[in-house]
Amino acid sequence: MLKILKYSSFDLMRSRWSYVYFLFYLLLGFVLLFLNNNVSKAVITLMNIIIVIVPLIGTIFGVMYYYNSREFTILLLAQPLKRSTIFLGQYIGLSISLSISLLLGLGIPFIFYGIFESAAIWDFSSLLITGVFLTFIFVALSINIALSNENRIKGFGFAILMWLFLAVIYDGIFLISLMIFNDYPLDKFSLIATMTNPIDLSRILILLKLDISALLGYTGAVFQKFFGTGLGVIISFSVLILWVLIPAWLIVVKSGRKDF
Amino acid sequence: MINISNLHKNFGKVVVLRGIDLEIKKGGIFAILGPNGSGKTTLIKSILGMVIPDSGKIAVNNHSVLKEWSYRDNINYLPQIADFPNNLSVKELIKMIKNLRGKTASDSELIEILGLKPFLDKKLGNLSGGTRQKVNLVLCFMFDSELLILDEPTTGLDPVSLIQLKKIIRQEKKIGKTIIITTHIMSFVEEMADEIVFLLDGNIYFKGTIEQLQIKTEQKNLEHAIANILTLENA
Amino acid sequence: MKNILTALIFCLINANAYTQVIKVCPDCKINSIAQALKIAKNGYKILIEKGLYSERNIIIDKSIQLIGAGNPVIDGDNKGEIITIKADNVSISGFTIKNVGTSYTEDNAAIKVVKGNFFTISNNTLENVFFGITIEKSKHGIIENNNISSTATQEYNSGNGIHLWHCDDIKVKNNQLHGLRDGIYFEFVTNSSISGNISKNNVRYGLHFMFSNDNEYFENTFVNNGAGVAVMFSKNINMHHNKFIKNWGSSSYGLLLKEIYDAEITDNLFEQNTIGIHAEGSTRINYKKNNFINNGWAIKISGACYTNKFTKNNFVSNAFDVSYNSKLNDNVFDNNYWSEYAGYDLDKNGIGDVPFRPVKLFSYIANKTPETIVLLRSLFIDIINFSEKVSPVFTPDNLLDNNPLMQEIK
Repeated sequence: MLKILKYSSFDLMRSRWSYVYFLFYLLLGFVLLFLNNNVSKAVITLMNIIIVIVPLIGTIFGVMYYYNSREFTILLLAQPLKRSTIFLGQYIGLSISLSISLLLGLGIPFIFYGIFESAAIWDFSSLLITGVFLTFIFVALSINIALSNENRIKGFGFAILMWLFLAVIYDGIFLISLMIFNDYPLDKFSLIATMTNPIDLSRILILLKLDISALLGYTGAVFQKFFGTGLGVIISFSVLILWVLIPAWLIVVKSGRKDF
Repeated sequence: MINISNLHKNFGKVVVLRGIDLEIKKGGIFAILGPNGSGKTTLIKSILGMVIPDSGKIAVNNHSVLKEWSYRDNINYLPQIADFPNNLSVKELIKMIKNLRGKTASDSELIEILGLKPFLDKKLGNLSGGTRQKVNLVLCFMFDSELLILDEPTTGLDPVSLIQLKKIIRQEKKIGKTIIITTHIMSFVEEMADEIVFLLDGNIYFKGTIEQLQIKTEQKNLEHAIANILTLENA
Repeated sequence: MKNILTALIFCLINANAYTQVIKVCPDCKINSIAQALKIAKNGYKILIEKGLYSERNIIIDKSIQLIGAGNPVIDGDNKGEIITIKADNVSISGFTIKNVGTSYTEDNAAIKVVKGNFFTISNNTLENVFFGITIEKSKHGIIENNNISSTATQEYNSGNGIHLWHCDDIKVKNNQLHGLRDGIYFEFVTNSSISGNISKNNVRYGLHFMFSNDNEYFENTFVNNGAGVAVMFSKNINMHHNKFIKNWGSSSYGLLLKEIYDAEITDNLFEQNTIGIHAEGSTRINYKKNNFINNGWAIKISGACYTNKFTKNNFVSNAFDVSYNSKLNDNVFDNNYWSEYAGYDLDKNGIGDVPFRPVKLFSYIANKTPETIVLLRSLFIDIINFSEKVSPVFTPDNLLDNNPLMQEIK
């Protein structure tokens, strides 16, 4: 698997898109710091962007990479390699190269601005870690979609729809249901609804780091207990890991059944 | 060498293979023929494990290949469409496949024979169709395996290269390799094949030598013999 | 002329000679404060030397000065009150007074003043108290440089640090208060000031203020109190240069204003509070040059708040800047700095060219359904906030800062 991983990330590192992605983040980092002129404030603005853009890019790249590397995949399938090796290798290779673009792209401007001396270093690191998680999650989800759809345009459409759903529509439904069932205890429902969407989950994780946990405590005892203690962070991270493992496992299952 | 029994495969509602029973003996060139959509590629890909059959058995050297992967170490495959990762150079691709297989390879001779040397450092995305097919050939023939599966090997080749290809195939045959070829070029089949199998609508319509087919269809020419089958079938 | 001067000097020396000093020490003939008080007369000075005095229910009913030299310790042994003052012109300074008895029926204090005017309580350390200093129906007093602490964990079995009830002209200055129920408590107190105090880690309020008109409090620091600071049912309050920090919790705020009229709130800092200022039914208040930094809500307005003016304040990195629970607005926001402001300043006059709308739709939603807070900073919320900004439906449409500043006010 390491070999496949190496080759697909090698392949991607040379593709124009990796540079575009890297430069996009580099520019974003510098612009944010220039406009805010304050590392802590830039981190908050960055969060808003990261939880929207990273999943979108992961989704697009996942689908694009799968369809574009079909021939390469077929070439590999004829080699004495396990299917799970091939697909997991490609998946991890893609996720790693996207993550590297993200880490370097954002890391460089913030290092220039002295993130290491800033108190925001931990906020910033948790932001990057969450960004890496989101990359792995959305690449896996979109590869699953691509595996299920031979038609590129359809696959692309579904993938974008999935992103739109998780990034926007889900929260809309979530908000409306909270408002409709206003009279009932909602804290458990809210927690579960948060866990079942990786974007919401990542957002909450970053917010906890950005010290809005007490604000969340405003809403009641269950929240306070969950977000006010280390428990919340541990559970959130575990669920986030599940969000990577389950789609990755689905890639193995789906690719094992597929005809090429 | 290869034993296939009662192989079925559907793609959605389309039935592609309807219970194929086939035995391919070790050694010699074996051509799989049939009109478009008759299931040739599906059959080949089933042997390779790229298509997963709905039912039936496939054994290579008396070992079932379903859900296996290590047996492919002994198979060289030439895919129908020569498409590769565009960002790699020819050299890198060859190196990579060698690295993945971990077998000794005779790539430099083949590069020489096929005249690929000037293209070694070019990116695969910038190559013409014919050159890519040559790269495809190098990748296929550079390893020493018992079984060779060639899907439309002649696509896009110029006459000189075609002669080279035939030479290579004959050489492989001489050292006792089993070679499975699908093609639409009948002259190629006539010239090369020891045995043919004719697929029609997912069934084996005929299996035997070219002579036997000629006798059966009462046609001297293979192309006509095939045409005869198809017109009979449609009539 | 010369004669008059000589006479004056003679008088002064004479007066001094009449100020009798009683010395108390563990090995002296007079070895307890109670004993000294018994023989003391008005105008006496009692000097208590270093040592441990296990005494309680000490009643001072004469005008005397109680002075601790070398930090003598009075230990009440957790039984009842320690010192009760029932006379005018009493001063107490330089003691460590500890272990006041907790009671559910009586408000025992380390030092209590009842109907005593012109008192001074200074430079004492009060430890493990129930109530620290309690002043009832007294005037013209000074409470200064005391350090009052306890180990309160529950509201019902703890007392206040400095507790004033029905008082006038009292100065509470430079005291430190922690681990109590309320750090400082004012009820029916007028013309008084609270300044330079540090009140932190108290169970309920850092400062609790009720029915007390015409007071001023300034340069105090309130940190990490259970519910912050509450100022209620009072008129003409002047609050300035105070710091309200880290009052995190489900129902805590930097400052709670309830039924307050005609107050000036200037130059204060509100940082990292769940709610910076929570104003309920408060009218004619000037909020000027305050800093609101990193609060959940900077200002939350509920109930009827009329003709308040918010000018020249800094609102920096708050989750919500202003929250309203109604569509009505009779308050003015002008010339503030808002870190959320994304407008431009083409004429370079330091004032943004488009107005800023500090109330977001989401703050309105979060008011109605608190659980929606989990959606804070999500894209969907940004979208609905934006649409509400373009055409206000749920939030007051006239609530605008027409002259938002481009730079933070230093």
